[in-house]
Amino acid sequence: MSGILGMAHDAGMFTVHQTIGSVLCCKCGIRMQPNAANMCVKCLRSEVDITEGLLKRLVLVHCPECESYLQPPRTWVKLQLESKELLTFCLKKLQKNMNINKVKLVNAEFIWTEPHSKRVKVKVSVQKEVYHGAILEQSYLVEYVQQDHLCESCAKVAANPDQWVAAVQLRQHVSHRRTFYYLEQLILRHGAAARAVRIKQMDHGIDFYFSNRSHGNKFVEFIGKVAPVKSRSDKQLVSHDSKSNNYNYKYTFSVEISPICREDLICLPPKAAAILGNIGPIVVCTKVTNSIALLDPLTLKFGFLDAEQYWRTSFKSLLTSRQLVEYIVLDIEPVSSEITVGGMKYVLADAQVARVSDFGSNDTQFTIRTHLGHLLKPGDHALGYDLYGANTNDMELDRYKGYIPEVVLIKKSYEEKRQKKRGKARPWKLKSLNMEVDDKIKVDEDKRDAEYEHFLKDLEENPELRFNISLYQNNDYQPSEVGSVTDVDDGEEIPSVPFEELVSGLEELGLDDNANGEDSMAE
Amino acid sequence: MANRLQFENNCDIGVFSKLTNAYCMVAIGGSEGFYSEFESELSGVIPVVKTSIAGTRLVGRLCAGNKNGLLLPHTTTDQELQHLRNCLPDQVVVQRIEEKLSALGNCIACNDHVALTHTDLDRETEEIIADVLGVEVFRQTIAGNILVGSFCALSNRGGLVHPHTSIEDLDELSTLLQVPLVAGTVNRGSEVIAAGMIVNDWTAFCGLDTTATEFSVIESVFKLRDSQPSVIVDEMRKSLIDSYV
Repeated sequence: MSGILGMAHDAGMFTVHQTIGSVLCCKCGIRMQPNAANMCVKCLRSEVDITEGLLKRLVLVHCPECESYLQPPRTWVKLQLESKELLTFCLKKLQKNMNINKVKLVNAEFIWTEPHSKRVKVKVSVQKEVYHGAILEQSYLVEYVQQDHLCESCAKVAANPDQWVAAVQLRQHVSHRRTFYYLEQLILRHGAAARAVRIKQMDHGIDFYFSNRSHGNKFVEFIGKVAPVKSRSDKQLVSHDSKSNNYNYKYTFSVEISPICREDLICLPPKAAAILGNIGPIVVCTKVTNSIALLDPLTLKFGFLDAEQYWRTSFKSLLTSRQLVEYIVLDIEPVSSEITVGGMKYVLADAQVARVSDFGSNDTQFTIRTHLGHLLKPGDHALGYDLYGANTNDMELDRYKGYIPEVVLIKKSYEEKRQKKRGKARPWKLKSLNMEVDDKIKVDEDKRDAEYEHFLKDLEENPELRFNISLYQNNDYQPSEVGSVTDVDDGEEIPSVPFEELVSGLEELGLDDNANGEDSMAE
Repeated sequence: MANRLQFENNCDIGVFSKLTNAYCMVAIGGSEGFYSEFESELSGVIPVVKTSIAGTRLVGRLCAGNKNGLLLPHTTTDQELQHLRNCLPDQVVVQRIEEKLSALGNCIACNDHVALTHTDLDRETEEIIADVLGVEVFRQTIAGNILVGSFCALSNRGGLVHPHTSIEDLDELSTLLQVPLVAGTVNRGSEVIAAGMIVNDWTAFCGLDTTATEFSVIESVFKLRDSQPSVIVDEMRKSLIDSYV
């Protein structure tokens, strides 16, 4: 009708103004505007309760351990009190009931309750059509009672925290733990150990415990992709039920990482050298992933050994990075132009070097060939292996007596420049796995700190190493102006991590101690 | 006085009965209780006739009438027509009309002097209405509804109309009818007035759901509190005597 009137009005026709009259409410006799039910709102409310038949008291099954709620039939969702997600979760339980009663939900809000009360109260407003098209809105209170019930994973943990089915024993038989520091970062980055029930630091390695064999298997596969490993698995029968053919095993995966680390000096056995096209025999390991990259520092020949090839010959390092000696470069003369080998640039050069320790005591100098011609300048410090003074016990090396170089330089040393920066915080941080420490091993705090520091320096110097791991911004770090000025004076900066590489997850880092715990609980 | 009653558990008594100042028609075949309610109230004053119209019990909705006459739809059978002619007082003209809108009760609302009709009624029908019922005919709507017969109840003393009727419409209608009108409801908020109640100058019957408020509105607008058939006669006599004197 209003449409017709509107049309008439538009056409310039005369229309009578319509004043809405009033009628008496049919129940209480109060004067009111006529509506569809011809009843005042109060009477309508008293006449019909649209919340009739709607659920007002429900049960939420809640796990007190991990603060999650049961989503029937068997999913557990982690929800915070008073959160939007919890409200959605609560309302979902009402939805079906509302649809049956043909009620429309229009608003809902939490009413604050004491968390200990185990009650969640929600004020819900609903609309429903009553009598010939009159729509009534009413709000009512729904009370959810939290019933505590441990979720499956928490129940398992509560019953026996050591309940594991698969254990992965990761080992590397070397004198340092740098490989494990790196692996730890990789594992964190990829969340590989999220399902681990327990992580334990052992002598020469780490043990990972899983509640499921497949989780253990998956983890072993992951390690196999990032390190040259050899693994074997065993199982032990725990219990069995011959009548129903159920067998209950515990599985153990023994995973051994090759002892060859980055920057190690190796004297290749003839077999391995033959595989790589007769390089060496003195080679430097430049990179370790699931294969080992070897570089001949004298010829810049380069080769990869994958895990299988390595374990067939399984040689050991001749000298490891702990045995690096500091040299000073007296003179350097490039022999070749810049060559890219295995993604890295090298320049072959002849150099005259002297041990820093010899300085002032004797005039011992070595004329050597090095692959670091692009980095070193006269006066620079460099770290290298002193084969001249080394007391090695290697059968292979004896065979090449007379052909082996006296010094093999490995990298440029930034030690001097670092002195200035010592004690200052880095602008970045790393996460760490929360590991238990086996009480049988003695932890040498100083050694551990020194190794960790060494690992951090390595990260700064090698962008390649940083490639697969997440660095986080450090809150405590304040860039000092003095420091940057001195850096400029030197003309050459100490290698550091560019700011863009840092993950800005400060909060994430703040939570990291319990975050790891939560990750493992969440599954 | 107004009464509350029900027809077979149904409160829409205006569908099943028709009341004027000269006669009352009640659906045949209903419970005897429904009939006796009318009988007890009206016996000795006006005839209460049990009848069907066109074989149905929807007596109130199918016919229109006042003390002067009764209009029946073309679907009415000859027997029914004859039965009504026999039972109704002689001065009441009973007429069957050819009108395609056969629910005359829904299309025509009338008292003894004025009739409001559906806007689409035939001109012939309009003339017949004017002749048979002795009324002035106005084509009208009530609160935008064309079924004027359904949405209002009229007597010579007042009228109740659809609750959504605007004040302007009320003014216009009461000017036409020359009786006071009120917007209101029957049967606990029902806006179908004529279906919920029947009324004449001294009595009214409403559905059982009618609330006390609605009841009092009805009684006051139709001025039923002090009205008895004898009162009217007394009043008339007074005026007659006046004129005699």
